Amino acid sequence: MKPTDIKNPEYFHQVVDCQYACPAHTPVPEYIRLIAQQRYTDAYMINWESNVFPGVLGRTCDRPCEPACRRGRVEEEPVAICRLKRVAADFKDDITSRLPDIPKEKNGRKIALVGAGPASLTVARDLAPLGYELDVYDEQPIAGGFMRSQIPSFRLPATVLDEEVGYILDMGLTTHFNHYVDSLKGLLDQDYDAIFVGSGAPRGRDLPDLPGRQEGDASIHIGIDWLSNVAFEHIEKIGKRVIVLGGGNTAMDCCRTARRVGGNDVKVIVRSPFDSMKASTWEKEDAVHEGIPIVDNHVPLEFVVEDGKLVGMRFEKVSAVFDEKGKRSLIPTGEEPVLFPCDEVLVAIGQENSFPWIEKDIGIEFDNWGMPVLNAKTFQSSCAKVFFGGDSAFGPENIITAVAHGHQAAVSIDLFCDGKQVNQRLPPGTNLLSTKMGIHEWSYDNDVTTDVRKIVPLVELTSALQNRTMEVELGFDVQTAFDEAERCLNCDVQTVFTDDKCIECDACVDICPMDCINFIENNDEPELRQSLRVKAVNADQDLYVSGNLETGRVMVKDEDVCLHCGLCAERCPTAAWDMQQFFYQVTKAAPLCIK
Amino acid sequence: MTYHLPEFRHPDLPTNELGYTKKQYEGAISTLCAGCGHDSISAGIIQACFELSIEPHKVAKISGIGCSSKTPTYFLGNSHGFNSVHGRMPSVATGANLANRELTYIGVSGDGDSASIGMGQFAHVVRRNLNMLYLVENNGCYGLTKGQDSATADVGSMSKKGAANPFQPVDLCTLAIDLGATFVARSFSGDKDQLVPLIKAAISHSGFAFIDVISPCVTFNNTAASTKSYEFVREHIEATGKTDFIPVRQEITADYDPGFTQEVTLHDGSVIHLYKNDEDLDVRNRLSALQAIHKYKDKGEILTGLLYLDPDCEDLHEIIGSVEKPLRDLDEKALCPGNQALGAINDSLR
Ligand SMILES: Cc1cc2nc3c(=O)[nH]c(=O)nc-3n(C[C@H](O)[C@H](O)[C@H](O)COP(=O)(O)OP(=O)(O)OC[C@H]3O[C@@H](n4cnc5c(N)ncnc54)[C@H](O)[C@@H]3O)c2cc1C
Ligand SMILES: Cc1ncc(C[n+]2csc(CCOP(=O)(O)OP(=O)(O)O)c2C)c(N)n1
Ligand code: SF4
Ligand code: SF4
Ligand code: SF4
Ligand SMILES: [Mg+2]
Repeated sequence: MKPTDIKNPEYFHQVVDCQYACPAHTPVPEYIRLIAQQRYTDAYMINWESNVFPGVLGRTCDRPCEPACRRGRVEEEPVAICRLKRVAADFKDDITSRLPDIPKEKNGRKIALVGAGPASLTVARDLAPLGYELDVYDEQPIAGGFMRSQIPSFRLPATVLDEEVGYILDMGLTTHFNHYVDSLKGLLDQDYDAIFVGSGAPRGRDLPDLPGRQEGDASIHIGIDWLSNVAFEHIEKIGKRVIVLGGGNTAMDCCRTARRVGGNDVKVIVRSPFDSMKASTWEKEDAVHEGIPIVDNHVPLEFVVEDGKLVGMRFEKVSAVFDEKGKRSLIPTGEEPVLFPCDEVLVAIGQENSFPWIEKDIGIEFDNWGMPVLNAKTFQSSCAKVFFGGDSAFGPENIITAVAHGHQAAVSIDLFCDGKQVNQRLPPGTNLLSTKMGIHEWSYDNDVTTDVRKIVPLVELTSALQNRTMEVELGFDVQTAFDEAERCLNCDVQTVFTDDKCIECDACVDICPMDCINFIENNDEPELRQSLRVKAVNADQDLYVSGNLETGRVMVKDEDVCLHCGLCAERCPTAAWDMQQFFYQVTKAAPLCIK
Repeated sequence: MTYHLPEFRHPDLPTNELGYTKKQYEGAISTLCAGCGHDSISAGIIQACFELSIEPHKVAKISGIGCSSKTPTYFLGNSHGFNSVHGRMPSVATGANLANRELTYIGVSGDGDSASIGMGQFAHVVRRNLNMLYLVENNGCYGLTKGQDSATADVGSMSKKGAANPFQPVDLCTLAIDLGATFVARSFSGDKDQLVPLIKAAISHSGFAFIDVISPCVTFNNTAASTKSYEFVREHIEATGKTDFIPVRQEITADYDPGFTQEVTLHDGSVIHLYKNDEDLDVRNRLSALQAIHKYKDKGEILTGLLYLDPDCEDLHEIIGSVEKPLRDLDEKALCPGNQALGAINDSLR
């Protein structure tokens, strides 16, 4: 193999598993260390800079970082990265003094933002400090998008959302609420320098052709519409017996909300097997914990309506069968269809994009699936002035993806307004700094605890079910937060190897608790992976390869389960190994928002 | 700030016949200087004992005084240990072995510990063919007392202090061969591929097995003008060949070129395979071994690998006909046979 190019920031970036997996590339280990030091405000600001909604995300994020977390490969469970983010938000001081200054004098550029969800708000947050004039349009009476209308208050209290949305609205945006944009052409005709479309994926899928759908209509609701009606208090009650159709997170929010507004016999009924449901494991656990059965392998056959009133639903039982290619099909078991009696049904089987307000003849190209044709890096559409982001760009995702899109769209808009090439973007900001302070002394806590993952305490179940707006999770207290933070392995503190200092004494090989380090004859990657002290079977994780050493061998380190304990550097007599803290920051429109 | 060995180990670590991973053979974290060759030897011992599936509680580690003699703390933390007096490891090992021949004895010593203050003890334990592994971690200096030249320092070799050593060196391998050692090898801490099979073979040998391991002292004797530095040893090392240790029950699968291989079956049925670099060497022949060592020394090179082996020897217990059971397993009657038995012995001497 060729020697690893550690000058390429993407190499060490990939070693920081959580940060790499995070769509916004939040510097996770950095904020976790700050939490351990009880510097909650600093931990919050690192997050705020990167993901804009730390308090919201610390409760609701889809957390792609956690399945990626190295700790999960070293022991059972990843670090509770998401709930530590909430700790930073819960225990921070007033941060208003640390927010960026907004220039009184504007830069003369005016941007329209369609939708006031996380994508648009991120674009606004990134551009306001540069002096942009920003007009935000939303058909809802208040900002937040789906964070407001879909995510129930028992998961995300309105106060938390208000606070973080407020930091952005207070940057001097002009808001047009209760304003549905019914024509993009209309916006294009105005004097905007660029337009950002952050309109989300607002249409819930239905089962229009299922027998009984029309007749039972009064008692059948589209999940996301129903949730938003509950959120905006247009609906306060539901019948006692409720069936929720679907296996995603929307279904979980529907059933748990129904449980709090009058449903005392609420069931989730889903086509697929329990294990392959779309909902996150923890969302399923929460629903089950609230006494909601999840009935899997049932395909809806009809809505049963008697005397004009919905009385139940009939399902066919299926089982999942996989062909040689691993493709799944649901095959009927041949058993009698089953009837589940109910009073109301919530259909939560997915969402679609819909752009009825975008004219087809204004130069915005759409693909066969009705999605805008975009450059995946710049988010620019086929109309140079118009940028998309969030759920409206590539279909329904999640908040952190909307934020990540927002940052990139803001960079593009800023370049575009400057008359520059939108695809010529600045590289990410990086830094690599030795953590050595003295003998056995590093500027990070390199001790590796054996603590298992801490569990977030919940409010008592009966009171939780009586109040739709009572937050279920209590969050970590200071001590538990510290203990959990200590589980982080500091993957951003990199093992940096300098070939020409190495005397091949084997000290690092001998001390390394994880057998990561090898001195062997060089070879091609597949052969090298097989010939290490412990075979490097996780192909997602890189091998770090040095140049040729004195003996003609090379150093090969398997990054997979390195604990970043620093013992290799500790035992190296020539400092050929050093533990260096790597900082990686995604390029943004404004270089540094936080003070 | 911490200097603890984490609890975690690689989740895919292999296990041995006892179901143990290497972790069960580790000791406390080393307090030696970073980069000390001795630590690599500890790792080699851990690896060898793991691969041999030795039960850790059936090993006794014995040492004298020195950085080298401290190392038993850093391996086999679940085994018995005795850190004795400077140069006195052999007598403690002899006593322990005579009391209980069922344990595996690993003696660790230094060049100071063995070639200076302990020279007398060393000579006699060799002569007696005590069944043990006697491993000298040879750095050409007294590391623990700040690097004075030891008796194995070569003429002209210069440690950090900067004065050339004027005295002739003791070669512990030739000495051991002369004194009747039944397994003699030399190795280098920086070459575990060679060291680990040698340790395994030495532990499996029933009789006195001596390994002189050149082990650079990074702090006091790793200078450009030292003949015990990493660099010098790497440049001047030659091997008698590649040693393969094939445990009992395992089939030999590789094809060997007969002119250059020598196969020796040990007492317990395991086999040592030597792929020789030098056709002239016969590791079953003392004279051939001594000649080879001198031949390379004259060329300014260090000959490493298996040098001499007599697998059919009698160890101390067999020579003196001592009781087979460990003393702790004998009952009072056997241990104190009474006046009559004493009388009979006395009569036999009259
Ligand atoms: C039930 C449910 C629960 C969810 N839970 C989570 C969760 O826990 N964690 C998570 O990360 N994600 C969750 N999501 C997904 C997440 O809410 C979205 O991915 C995210 O909000 C998308 O952000 P966005 O800015 O692209 O659009 P949105 O948040 O959808 O915002 C779009 C806004 O645009 C407005 N709008 C649309 N068209 C127009 C128009 N023509 N004129 C004016 N205004 C318009 C809408 O009113 C809306 O306010 C959930 C989604 C649902 C449905
Ligand atoms: C009876 C006695 N004499 C002298 C000493 C001082 N002393 C301690 S270690 C040592 C030499 C150790 O050298 P070596 O065995 O080569 O070990 P190294 O530290 O080099 O590994 C000496 C002379 C002592 N501890 N006891
Ligand atoms: S251990 Fe810490 S730094 Fe490493 S992946 Fe997990 S949270 Fe991130
Ligand atoms: S930091 Fe060094 S010693 Fe620790 S696990 Fe990683 S490679 Fe091994
Ligand atoms: S002084 Fe020399 S022998 Fe002793 S621990 Fe340090 S390097 Fe090793
Ligand atoms: Mg010494």
